[in-house]
Amino acid sequence: MIIASNVTKKFGKLKALDDVSTICNKGECIALIGPNGSGKTTLIKSILGMVVPDSGFITFKDSNILHHWQYRDEIGYMPQIGRYPDNMTIGQVLDMMKDIRNKKNGLDEDLVNAFSLHTLLNKRMRTLSGGTRQKVSAALAFLFNPAVLILDEPTAGLDPVSSELLKEKIIAEKEKGKLVLITSHVLSELDDLVTRIIYMQEGKLVFHKSIEALRQDTGEDKLSKAIARVMTN
Amino acid sequence: MKKIIKYVITDILRNRIVLVYTLFLFVAAFSVFSLEDNSSKGLLSLLNVILIVVPLVSVIFSTIYVYNSAEFIELLVSQPLKRKTIWLSLFGGLATSLSIAFFIGAGIPVLIYQANTIGLTMIAVGTLLSIIFVAIALLATVKTRDKAKGIGAAIMLWLYFSLLFDGLVLFLLFQFADYPMEKPMIGISALNPIDLSRILILLQLDVSAMMGYTGAVFKDFFGTYTGIIFSLLALVLWIVLPVWFSTRKFNTKDL
Repeated sequence: MIIASNVTKKFGKLKALDDVSTICNKGECIALIGPNGSGKTTLIKSILGMVVPDSGFITFKDSNILHHWQYRDEIGYMPQIGRYPDNMTIGQVLDMMKDIRNKKNGLDEDLVNAFSLHTLLNKRMRTLSGGTRQKVSAALAFLFNPAVLILDEPTAGLDPVSSELLKEKIIAEKEKGKLVLITSHVLSELDDLVTRIIYMQEGKLVFHKSIEALRQDTGEDKLSKAIARVMTN
Repeated sequence: MKKIIKYVITDILRNRIVLVYTLFLFVAAFSVFSLEDNSSKGLLSLLNVILIVVPLVSVIFSTIYVYNSAEFIELLVSQPLKRKTIWLSLFGGLATSLSIAFFIGAGIPVLIYQANTIGLTMIAVGTLLSIIFVAIALLATVKTRDKAKGIGAAIMLWLYFSLLFDGLVLFLLFQFADYPMEKPMIGISALNPIDLSRILILLQLDVSAMMGYTGAVFKDFFGTYTGIIFSLLALVLWIVLPVWFSTRKFNTKDL
């Protein structure tokens, strides 16, 4: 579904992405793992077209995304730090996104209900805590039933109950045959979620393999231990 | 595009600064008109206020607004929207709300006291200046990532157009005092939208007689239809070019 070919991006002297090539198919739940500053968020932003690669290209459903925008209709994106216009209320933000996406029907309001956001509709974004903001971001990402979900550190800042709710939702969407891309540092959470692992380091894609293959290669059952072994080698 | 403009405008109208700006213009316009017994004199005083305040507020408010909406822009870019649409909507929203603020603040008093060609020219020029400086502000913000630098650049641009440029022109005039500089001055004045606006209005008032020989040459040129069309075209170019450049830059900007 998403194919990246030789994507390179430099920020000044820093190579954020160095010749990254990979293929993501639907029905997969892919974890993007790597140390801080390894280029995970840059890769995600390149897929979303928020960062334009210096060289290489990314295709979404077999068409190059450069200068295209319609394809984002099929992507739900949850940013690492959800930032919204301060003066708007939660209700207004939700309405605005529905208005922009031009969708009134077939909305997936599971998360809005699960996080009971409808009781907070009149709260201004400025007054929200980091966790509530994350809930809004998550609800927005799932709201339009997109074919691809891109979640950047989805559970950071969420309380255990909410993060469990979000995980259940992610699994449910994966079962429906959607492509889910997750970055996270909390590896223990990813164990029962992901089917494939992309490991990045210093902008380079080190490997992309299924979780079973990784377990076999490292001889570790737990993802966190398997990754720790990869990192020390 | 209309939708985003709508959200930008509602967001700006919620901002108190625009309200204060409108009120300030309103009070300034009314007091100037009631202080002078001759409303055309009042118009002249108001002109000086407008030429300083309108560009300043437009350029600084727009710069700060765009930097403060960085989150909003980021949110929009991750949605199925064209970047061009996002940027032009931002420009449209800012230009519309600042023009409305100018029209209510200064336009209505002018229409009450001086509803003739001069008054109408003044309103048109003020509106154009508002839009021009929004466009310049957008260019400054898209070029610099750093907020402090961007606002500094906006203030420098305003300072350049309203003060430094005149100094440079005077310097040029003194250096080339032995040459006939009146005709080239017409071209040079097109390089500054504020000067162009001032000339456009002064020539319609009787005071142009006080501007000496240059004034006569200006009157010969800017007083004619070609001159007016030339200056309006120059003002429109001052909108189109910055907007075009900033849109091009925004299209490939990393967020």
